[in-house]
Amino acid sequence: MKLWRKPFDQEEKAVRPPRVIIDKDRCKGCEYCVEFCPTGALAMSQEANAKGYLLPRAADERKCVACGLCEAICPDFAIFVISANGEE
Amino acid sequence: MSDDGILEGEFFMNGDEACAEGAISAGCRFFAGYPITPATEVAERMSVRLPQIGGVYVQMEDELASMNAVLGASWAGVKAMTSTSGPGFSLMMENLGLGAMLETPCVVVDVQRAGPSTGLPTLVGQGDMMQAKWGSHGVYELIAIVPSSPQEMFDLTITAFNLSEKYRVPVLVMADEVVGHMSEKVVMRQVAPKELVQRRRPTVPPEQYLPYEPDVDLVPAMAIAGEGYRFHVTGLTHDERGYPVMTAEAQDRLVRRLVDKIRVNRKDIIRLDEVETEDADVVVCAYGITARVARRAVQQARDEGIRAGLLRMVTVWPFAEDRIRELARQAKAFVVPEINYGQIVLEVERCAGGMAKTLLLPHMGGSVHQPETILEAIREVVQ
Amino acid sequence: MTSVVTVDKNPVDSYLRVDRMPHIWCAGCGIGSAVSCFIKAINRAKLDADKIALVSGIGCAGRVAGYVRLDSFHTTHGRALPFATGLKLGNPKLKVVVFSGDGDLVAIGGNHLIHSARRNIDMTVICINNFNYGMTGGQLGPTTPLEARSSTSPYGNFDPPFNLPHLVSASGATYVARWTVIHLRQMERSIAEALVKPGFSFIEVLAPCPTLYGRMNKMGQGVIELRSYQERCVVRNGADPREADIGLSGPIVVGKFVDIDRPTFWDYYIKVFNKAQKKR
Repeated sequence: MKLWRKPFDQEEKAVRPPRVIIDKDRCKGCEYCVEFCPTGALAMSQEANAKGYLLPRAADERKCVACGLCEAICPDFAIFVISANGEE
Repeated sequence: MSDDGILEGEFFMNGDEACAEGAISAGCRFFAGYPITPATEVAERMSVRLPQIGGVYVQMEDELASMNAVLGASWAGVKAMTSTSGPGFSLMMENLGLGAMLETPCVVVDVQRAGPSTGLPTLVGQGDMMQAKWGSHGVYELIAIVPSSPQEMFDLTITAFNLSEKYRVPVLVMADEVVGHMSEKVVMRQVAPKELVQRRRPTVPPEQYLPYEPDVDLVPAMAIAGEGYRFHVTGLTHDERGYPVMTAEAQDRLVRRLVDKIRVNRKDIIRLDEVETEDADVVVCAYGITARVARRAVQQARDEGIRAGLLRMVTVWPFAEDRIRELARQAKAFVVPEINYGQIVLEVERCAGGMAKTLLLPHMGGSVHQPETILEAIREVVQ
Repeated sequence: MTSVVTVDKNPVDSYLRVDRMPHIWCAGCGIGSAVSCFIKAINRAKLDADKIALVSGIGCAGRVAGYVRLDSFHTTHGRALPFATGLKLGNPKLKVVVFSGDGDLVAIGGNHLIHSARRNIDMTVICINNFNYGMTGGQLGPTTPLEARSSTSPYGNFDPPFNLPHLVSASGATYVARWTVIHLRQMERSIAEALVKPGFSFIEVLAPCPTLYGRMNKMGQGVIELRSYQERCVVRNGADPREADIGLSGPIVVGKFVDIDRPTFWDYYIKVFNKAQKKR
């Protein structure tokens, strides 16, 4: 993030990217998370789970803003976001 | 009326009304029904009495809704009942099966009228007896009790509730239009709380509770909604956890137990009323109003010197197989008067196993047998 | 306001029977998303989950009862509503939710739907509308749009569908809304409102059925059906339910249509109850 006035506590309060956790056993490769992620932080991978479903992955975690849309839309309860700043 | 609204004393009332009062004395506090002749009076009485004692009366849109509302109320922890006649009984079949599958205590009263179809709405029949056992699809077992008088409508409805709570099964009260509409003296005694059976509750905390883990009597403890047990129950074949399991093994375990829990405990469930059967050559097997007519015929036969006896089936299901087999060794013949074209006679004949003759005295419905008809049959069969 | 996540567990897991995951719904099925919203709505409404009783019927949406960790009942086809009525009247302190599908609630259960709405029994009904009978292979149902293909309308549906918000509001429901599974936040808020509001609340949730209805109507992937919702849906809160018909093409009106107050069945019954007490 480009700032032209630097806050004194920028180091402590730096925005750390949220973590996207994908449950590989639950996912069925429907691609809703990838399709509807507003920042394009997710993409489909080439990895398949034991049932043969292609899994998504966090393509660029820095783009994730923890909006939680993937978590809300996933029909399989297979993806959720942990906001690193501790605010949910 | 006592403080809690329960009636006590001697009354003159009809069978339907007595049935409603019996339910109330047994602790029933929920009734969902639909009007149908000749059972409407049960609903009407309940609509007057339940609000007086803190219960809920609701008239549902049809019999299917009534049966399901009764199941729901039972799962909310309330003793629940509905009443109907033939056409409504047929509508309730699928969900009687649900009640058997979920193992839900409840009471369903069928005040039988002549059928099939609309038949004779205001006149007697006993044509739903086989339907009581086999009416719903699949494999299950229910208990069916048959009152013969308004007094029995009171007493046996209490018995019905007790059995349904003890065995976690829908219990049918298979009355008939005559018993439902006749008015007689009914003595409503005070029923002590310890005489009433309550369903067995879980003794373990929610994390350890399994909704369908049977006890030694094959009946599981029952949790009710809203107490934190977070159970799941389903009409699908399920295992002890209540989760659906689509295998033949699960089907065998579950369905066998649903039937066995009644069969294995049949000595506790079966109730018979025998008159002079100890030395009888001819045993009249009857139930409901027909049993009262038969009693007169048996009396007249005895006066003529014929050793006749009456086996009145107070419970029809589970059927009193053991007793019929015993009597078949002793008696020459069974006479089975029924207001249908032969239903319980099939069970009598099967259990007699050829050791005694079985004579059916059918009556298609609309009125009851005459004692003379039964007497003639007794005379004929004793030769 | 800081909370620390010590276990990497999906927050909705506390309301799921995790021993039964993954569930049986197809890839892209909208039911799972609706359940997710429902669980979040329970938290939003701050309900005591021990007091929630969830009843479902038969069908894909009917399987919801088996996956949520609440007192749940999987009943017979079409009869979730009267069963739920019995639960509620047996113990009015229960928070009763009915979660079922369009065929179960509207076809075989249609009679119970209009009567439960009429009575204004205090319960929340979530009707997953995927425009067909999914569990049995994609047959037409009372919400299938005209000319749509289904396994029993190979030449196009000729059986005019219901307009559910119209039907239910005309029957007397006090809260009627329609959302789709792409309207996640609105749906979550709507469900939370409905859960807390006394009276009969009905929320129709349009959900994709990629395996059957979607595939048979040229929307073979869930994302295509969801994109079609995005394009076609118009949010009009307070719209007249009569204008909420759904065709194979054209706009779909979503939103909160009805939010009124009317005495519930129990309010009326209490009056009768008091009267009866006086007459003893």
